[in-house]
Amino acid sequence: MGGWRENLATIRALLARAKNEILRVPGAAIPGVLAPTIFYLGLNGVFGNLIELRGFDTDSYTSYIIPVSLLQGAGFTGAATGVNMARDIEQGWFDRLAVSPSPRWVLLAGSVISASLRSLIPATVLLCVAMAIGADFPGPAGLAVAIVLVMGMAAFAACWGSMLALHYRSQAVAPLMQAGMFLIILTTTAYAPLDLLQGWLHTVAEINPITQVIDAARQGFVGEVTWSETWPALLIVAGLISLLGSLALRELRRLAA
Amino acid sequence: MGEEGTKRLGPVAANLRVVAALGLRSVKQTFRRPQLMAPIIVFPTLLLAIQTGGAGSAVDLPGFPAVDSFLQFMIAGAMAQSVMLAGNSGGIALAVDIEMGFTDRLFAAPISRFTIVLGRLAGTAALGTFAAVWFLVIAFIFGAPIETGVAGALWAIVLVTLTATAVGGIGAAIALRSGSASVVQGLFPLVLVLLFLSSAFFPQELMVEPAKTIAKYNPLSLIVDGLRDPIISEFSASEAAAALLSVAGIGLLGLVLSAAALRRRLRTGG
Repeated sequence: MGGWRENLATIRALLARAKNEILRVPGAAIPGVLAPTIFYLGLNGVFGNLIELRGFDTDSYTSYIIPVSLLQGAGFTGAATGVNMARDIEQGWFDRLAVSPSPRWVLLAGSVISASLRSLIPATVLLCVAMAIGADFPGPAGLAVAIVLVMGMAAFAACWGSMLALHYRSQAVAPLMQAGMFLIILTTTAYAPLDLLQGWLHTVAEINPITQVIDAARQGFVGEVTWSETWPALLIVAGLISLLGSLALRELRRLAA
Repeated sequence: MGEEGTKRLGPVAANLRVVAALGLRSVKQTFRRPQLMAPIIVFPTLLLAIQTGGAGSAVDLPGFPAVDSFLQFMIAGAMAQSVMLAGNSGGIALAVDIEMGFTDRLFAAPISRFTIVLGRLAGTAALGTFAAVWFLVIAFIFGAPIETGVAGALWAIVLVTLTATAVGGIGAAIALRSGSASVVQGLFPLVLVLLFLSSAFFPQELMVEPAKTIAKYNPLSLIVDGLRDPIISEFSASEAAAALLSVAGIGLLGLVLSAAALRRRLRTGG
């Protein structure tokens, strides 16, 4: 029981460090907020008329695209955690953590949970912008599902970023962290319903598990929330966190060995 | 050519050698650092692939220009995105040189100060050429024809190279003025805004307000339209002239701002 208390105290300390980074360098959080917001507004302005195509199940592209931007914001925030970890490794700070008696999973959990909480910043800004330009309010259930999936996506992205940071031990791998998230989120029904996707993207979107996550996060914005549409997405996010978390932990053990 | 002529040409040739050496260094630097290369080639290529598959049905919208495919329409937009980001990356690399003291060593060398900027721009121009060829190859491989053939492809390469140089001038000016890589990197969202508020990714007439009106007056739209016309239909002298004028305007602005920032840096040392 004492071990658990110490582990929780370590996680709290790592969360406090992450919070300090936001408070002391607020500018560092701006790109993570700005990029998905600009993407959201840009996609609306550019592709807003796609809803005129037969096969779109909504009359508001503003509502249709918002879950994509929410998950994109979460993905970028999680990837940024990986970049920060790579910086800590390069600067030697992570070596000091590695020689501490804390279990390895605790060190990883601190980063992953902080990414999950930090993803609420871009999500809040995006939701405010979306409501301001006329997106439909998803209702309490729709909002809750979207937020849980956003936090889960950020945790998954943080595991992905951490795994790469621990493997390559260099900030030079940052584009791969971001490109990975960019790809996995946009090769889904991000722009249009599955039937309207063309060529390779249609095939990839069918097998990409994040399609299910986007469709679940989209429920409240373009229709009704159902449990049958929600639980597979929750299961997928949990599975991805477990898989990438295990791989990151393996890299962490190698680093500390 | 007499001795006097040789002497007169001497400094010019020396400066050209400096520009070539710095340009080559800048290209090598970009290819060696994935964080500089990714925005120029990787992200525009990924976005091109995704948008072509995701919004490809848009060609069925009433009012969409007659095109062979959405990919054919998007090639010009991908080139524009690539050169905008090449200019930004060039600025970041110059700012890193300033932060690490490399530029100070160049300032102390017996060379014209402006060759330092021109060297960086030569590198950005070369990357622009590379990007144009890259996207033309993609168009060729995936079956998007260039309607005006070889002439259209050459025009695209020239216009993209000139645009990269012009945009690079703005990036260099900001790098020289701020001396901070993170400030120049912070302009990345602004580059995205400029791209989205132009006809790079969609016909301006089919965009949603207010993006539609802003895109109409965005100089980048003029460049993209000048680039796109020979790809999807035929040469238009007026579109080409408008594109060249836009490039010249951006280039002049970059030149003036870079000169002012360089003078200030040399005067104040920071």
